[in-house]
Amino acid sequence: MPPFPTAARAALGDAQLRRNLAHATGTIRAKRAAVIDELEDWEGLRQRAARTKDETLAHLDEHLLTLEASLTARGATVHWARDAADACRVVADVARAHGIRDVVKVKSMATQEIQLNETLAEQGISAWETDLAELIVQLGDDLPSHILVPAIHRNRTEIRDIFRDRMGAVGRAAPDGLTDDPAVLAGAARLHLREKFLSTRMAVSGANFAVADTGTLVVVESEGNGRMCLTLPEVLVSVVGIEKVVPTWSDLESFLTLLPRSSTGERMNPYTSTWSGVAPGDGPQEVHVVLLDNGRTKALADDFARQALRCIRCSACLNVCPVYERVGGHTYGSVYPGPIGAILNPLLKGVGQDPATDALPYASTLCGACGDVCPVAIDIPGILVHLRGKVVDAHRGDGLPKAEAVAMKAAAWGLGSAARLGLGERLLGAAAGLWRGSRAGTTRPVITRLPWPGSHWTRARDLPVPPRESFRAWWRRTGRDGGAS
Amino acid sequence: MRVAVMSTCIGDAMFPEAVKATVRLLRRLGVTVEVPQAQTCCGQPMVNTGYLDEAVPLVRTFVSAFEGFDHVVVPSGSCAGSVRHQHGLVAARSGDAALADAVRQTSPRVLELSEFLVDVLGVVDVGAWFPHRVTYHPTCHSLRMLRVGDRPTRLLSAVGGIDLVPLPRAEECCGFGGTFAVKNADTSVAMGADKAAHVRSTGAEVLVTSDSSCLMHVGGLLSRGHAGIRTMHLAEVLAHTPDEGADGLDAADGTTSVAR
Ligand code: SF4
Repeated sequence: MPPFPTAARAALGDAQLRRNLAHATGTIRAKRAAVIDELEDWEGLRQRAARTKDETLAHLDEHLLTLEASLTARGATVHWARDAADACRVVADVARAHGIRDVVKVKSMATQEIQLNETLAEQGISAWETDLAELIVQLGDDLPSHILVPAIHRNRTEIRDIFRDRMGAVGRAAPDGLTDDPAVLAGAARLHLREKFLSTRMAVSGANFAVADTGTLVVVESEGNGRMCLTLPEVLVSVVGIEKVVPTWSDLESFLTLLPRSSTGERMNPYTSTWSGVAPGDGPQEVHVVLLDNGRTKALADDFARQALRCIRCSACLNVCPVYERVGGHTYGSVYPGPIGAILNPLLKGVGQDPATDALPYASTLCGACGDVCPVAIDIPGILVHLRGKVVDAHRGDGLPKAEAVAMKAAAWGLGSAARLGLGERLLGAAAGLWRGSRAGTTRPVITRLPWPGSHWTRARDLPVPPRESFRAWWRRTGRDGGAS
Repeated sequence: MRVAVMSTCIGDAMFPEAVKATVRLLRRLGVTVEVPQAQTCCGQPMVNTGYLDEAVPLVRTFVSAFEGFDHVVVPSGSCAGSVRHQHGLVAARSGDAALADAVRQTSPRVLELSEFLVDVLGVVDVGAWFPHRVTYHPTCHSLRMLRVGDRPTRLLSAVGGIDLVPLPRAEECCGFGGTFAVKNADTSVAMGADKAAHVRSTGAEVLVTSDSSCLMHVGGLLSRGHAGIRTMHLAEVLAHTPDEGADGLDAADGTTSVAR
């Protein structure tokens, strides 16, 4: 994946993508705002949820052991996975032990993060996404571009074409004469998926929450496909990030209020499924839970940025982010796009190693909209700045310093004393006189072209010609005596 | 009450009219203004780009220039925000306890212009006169770092002769973002172009903000697009009175497409 600025340039050229994104995020934003206004004390709820997460993270080891014990007591098998390879191996081993070649999946960020589908495919096991949007993405040989609305970048005509051209190759084909009417499209997906649910013996899920004291996993969704996956197959494997744990059942209350309102602008999730281990004679008779680290303990070790692990993946920050709205999710090169992706990816992977990850903390104007909507009050702008500092620090020892580092040091030196700043301004004013000589008019003249790196600015924007006299010089000349300009 | 004006590095070097207007306005409201000559820059360009060590000397310069004032008035939401929210971090990182202490003393006294006018002086009508169709871009840092709320538009609404029209999607970022404007130039321009289109849709003659950097960015796009819309700092509008003769637009600091 190319670094953000390069990927963004390509995405910005896609006018259809930008229209689709602007429309979809605009709609969700409005719905979210309306349902949040209904609640009396949103801020209080938000702070309580943030506190719960923080306290849990502070004793994460204890809560995880409790979770393991209660899951085991209820008949589930718990596996610990240090990284993606560990986790994928567990899932593949379970499938192989039962001679299973097809698994159904309910949408799960964690399994996308570890690239489970691709790894299983290498071993001859097919994983079928059952979430409508995920199905569109999978059939279209595409990548998700939004946490909650993975096909947000597609419109319905594109979806009709994907269904018509691709469904038949992997299962039940789309009916003849498929139109782009949403109800017709949903009908085609339903028939296609039903066949999968009824013929597949193993399911893979994630979990939105894992309740430690009762050993309960929770999945919220809106289509019912998740409930099918969680109840119909014989074997169920859930891949769960270790930060998903909450201590008690009653802690769910605030999260189940915050999540749907923040994500889809609904008061409740249409389906909230909970399960605890194995229930004899009912549902999957073999249940595995893979507790996934994959960089989370690295994030946990950062005292300030740790709060990013509070994230409940609601995607509210994506929907308000003006950068995300213009460039879409693929630009971030990860399953976690948008503002949360810009902080989570560098935290999980570590900075200073690859340019694409190092570019992410800079993929923001720091406008602050993300931090304001986050239902668990993650200080996203603060973490972005913090991570920028880490990126710079990671490169301080580089043999050949970047042009930027040189410029920043020079600027800091120039701005470090009033005398040096004043001198710089006099030089700028003198240089500006050259421009001014060639321009006339009552309003302020502009510079329309600068050499690199100034060309980054002037390619599309004019720059005012610096004034001949700085404020500082004016103040010296007249201001301190209270004179007029 | 000892009041200082922080000119900000960009105000000082690129938009002196905005800072002069701040001084004129405050004097007209009876405030004796000091402008410490030792001041330079709040350090935000370094902090926001990740060069935190490089910002330490700038924070030092800032506190020594502004120590002892009751209020420091800044015609920039962004610089005020940087002082109030970032100086503490920079000082903590430096490990210099005396500096951290000095920052704790100084930074809460730093106020954006509209905060000082409304909260400290208690005025909304500053006696200005500006007979033009104006739209206001509230700026992210004023809104979300400082929470200035509707103070700027309350001040503008009270200006004589003004026709203040609402800006669609006003609270959305213009795309400047400091070094974002060059590091992610394409995205920055795409955001700014949408902001400029919203500004055009209002039919305003003048775009006003309280942050010179947003003005420079959106103004630069309006200018390149020959929009014929001027950009002015809030202070310039508030400082303008009928007895200054002209209609106020001559003082406009922004760029237009006239001179090419
Ligand atoms: S960071 Fe906050 S707003 Fe963004 S997805 Fe996570 S919980 Fe939602």
